Amino acid sequence: MKTIKELHQIREEKRKELDLRVNTKADTREKHILVCQGTGCTSSKSPEILEEFKRILKEKKIENVRVIKTGCFGLCAKGPIVIIRPEDTFYAMVKPEDCEEIIQTHIVEGNKIERLLAKDMDGTKVNSLDDLNFYKKQKRIALKNCGVINPEEIDEYLAFEGYLALEKVLTEMTPDEVIEEIKESGIRGRGGAGFPTGKKWELTKASEGKQKYVVCNADEGDPGAFMDRSILEGDPHSVLEAMAIAAYCIGANKGYIYVRAEYPIAVKRLQIAINQARNYGLLGNHIFDTDFAFDIEIRLGAGAFVCGEETALLESIEGKRGQPRVKPPYPAASGLWGKPTLINNVETYANIAQIILKGSKWYSSIGTENSKGTKVFALGGNVNNIGLVEVPMGTTLREIVYDIGGGIPNDRDFKAAQTGGPSGGCIPKEHLDTPIDYESLKEIGSMMGSGGLIVMDDTKCMVSLAKFYLEFTVSESCGKCTPCRIGTKRMHEILEKLCNGEGTELDIYKLEKLASNIQKASICGLGQSAPNPVVSTLRYFREEFKEHAIDKQCRALECKAMSKITINEEKCKGCGLCQKSCPVNAIQGEAREKRVINQDKCIKCGTCLSSCPFKAIGN
Amino acid sequence: MQENEDIDVKCCCDGNKKDKFIEEIFAEYQPIKDNLIQMLNEIQEHYGYVPMEVQKDLSEFLSIPMAEIYGVVTFYSRFSLKPKGKYNISVCMGTACYVKGSQKILDRLLERLQIRPGETTEDGLFSIEETRCVGACGLAPVFTVNGEVYGKATVQKLDQVLDKLMNS
Repeated sequence: MKTIKELHQIREEKRKELDLRVNTKADTREKHILVCQGTGCTSSKSPEILEEFKRILKEKKIENVRVIKTGCFGLCAKGPIVIIRPEDTFYAMVKPEDCEEIIQTHIVEGNKIERLLAKDMDGTKVNSLDDLNFYKKQKRIALKNCGVINPEEIDEYLAFEGYLALEKVLTEMTPDEVIEEIKESGIRGRGGAGFPTGKKWELTKASEGKQKYVVCNADEGDPGAFMDRSILEGDPHSVLEAMAIAAYCIGANKGYIYVRAEYPIAVKRLQIAINQARNYGLLGNHIFDTDFAFDIEIRLGAGAFVCGEETALLESIEGKRGQPRVKPPYPAASGLWGKPTLINNVETYANIAQIILKGSKWYSSIGTENSKGTKVFALGGNVNNIGLVEVPMGTTLREIVYDIGGGIPNDRDFKAAQTGGPSGGCIPKEHLDTPIDYESLKEIGSMMGSGGLIVMDDTKCMVSLAKFYLEFTVSESCGKCTPCRIGTKRMHEILEKLCNGEGTELDIYKLEKLASNIQKASICGLGQSAPNPVVSTLRYFREEFKEHAIDKQCRALECKAMSKITINEEKCKGCGLCQKSCPVNAIQGEAREKRVINQDKCIKCGTCLSSCPFKAIGN
Repeated sequence: MQENEDIDVKCCCDGNKKDKFIEEIFAEYQPIKDNLIQMLNEIQEHYGYVPMEVQKDLSEFLSIPMAEIYGVVTFYSRFSLKPKGKYNISVCMGTACYVKGSQKILDRLLERLQIRPGETTEDGLFSIEETRCVGACGLAPVFTVNGEVYGKATVQKLDQVLDKLMNS
């Protein structure tokens, strides 16, 4: 247990000590080597890099240098990332073998290592994080501490105004004042639907009942989206603090975080954070010497997409099959074990402390008229700078894809961007300049969703993409209501027919009819939005559907049944690279002779396409 | 949801005596229904699947019908009724990986091992899973072997890894 005075002392001392993390001119002789330990970098050996640095420093008996594990810096495409503070030098794609050189050349001799510096898209080498175009248009609120602090040390969180918002709320504000502040800020739910957060809190507070609960939805199921995971991995205390604030407002004493079991690092750091907060008396009884008591427990999900739906999530916490309940009653009135329950998404919570500290006016000055603040996107697919970006609402898709994302690899054309995952839709080229907010995305047939943003180039077949999403929904439909259970299956079958070259124009009509019925008749968000990928691709890429149905052609060469890979005799120089690359030995021909593909053996994997230096292989 | 035709599974315990791990779990948790998924997660982690016998023990311990437990186990994709192979290969089918060609990786894997996702080869060596986002989108497409991530995957890279595992 720490007293308020002790907490202030820790904050002050730690803030001084960590000034070099945020201030390049910090007055210190210390250096901090920050190594990203998010899931992306961990997959490419960043834990070994961390250990290697520690080993070398110990061996060389170097003092005043600390190696720090941090959460995600955002630019996953350049991982593993190492940043040296206070000078803010950004080293990209570091290997364990590079550690020795970094210590010797950079730390001991004080020279930057040119070959490891991150390169911007135009090829210029950049010295620091802020010089990269990737970061210039971003505004970090929810990700403020990610990549700055060690997420496994509560003192580092305290150093950057940690738990100050909770202190302010408990000692200076009434629940109604807090709710008013949240309402004024204009923040809306970041899980996808965009329900006003303050309104939700108000409704749950107004519900009658002695026992109430606060729940954090960390069941990030949208494939290819990793915003919530990065926040939990990089700054878990920000979520705990916000949940405590919410609990104070609605009158709850117990909270649950429902997190995917597939996120082991996030689960581990959350548990560490909860234990530390309990030790400091920031969770438990008499928090900040008041009568307020609150504690949090983790509940693991077990791999069901539908559990991201709030009522299915509640069923799952209760230990049952995660099938959605019929609404109303909404969780605000009857949620966990029938008690009033407040459910917010991870990213929503990550904004709360900032709103309390900096004020609703500051927050509502960011963003568009009806969508305030920032949004975190997981940028992926055919884009150069794959990673995590946080931008003010109203930023255009073009800015995200080209300025921040660095454009499409191999100078290919932009075809579409997909937002909202299996519940969302595609945004075509003509809408690249749409400012992104809840309303504008809905208008063009997509949705904000939780923040997955997948870019596709012109080699992608839109019919196959629609089929991919339907396949997902079919396997994730919980089976409770018929339109979703059977309807999505039928839609998937039709799409399969189209992709196999067995479809007709009538099938396109059937798809539309089914889509509209499923949207109207399903009981939960998953079913109601399941046809969206088909509806939106049909809206913008109808021509492609027709080509599949009538001409039996796939212009992207993705639908195997309709494509045949051949070698252009005139262009082939007989180098034989394709023959070597073919995994099934389907390419025949003697040395220096023109090669031929044996169509019976060819599995159409496309490996040879990229192996040919003369671009002689195609459809 | 999960296929569940074959539920023929060997017993993990020694006659009537409960496995030591199960005894530990039962000592750790309160016998209330809410704990079911938490316990199943630990059981899946320990054995690599949820054995039928353990489901019966759970049914007694938590005083809920076996059918309900079976319903929960088959609902969530993380729980499996059959043991996984010595090498469990997961191909990421998240959108970021799909866009970068993970379908080709999966197709090749299915062709080489001649089993479907969720199945184990007869020799017990390999099993295949489709997963939704491993979280290494910067390395897409990725597949994992027993949790170890192979990034920027190609059909050739997969072949190399498979050949190595088959010969080891």
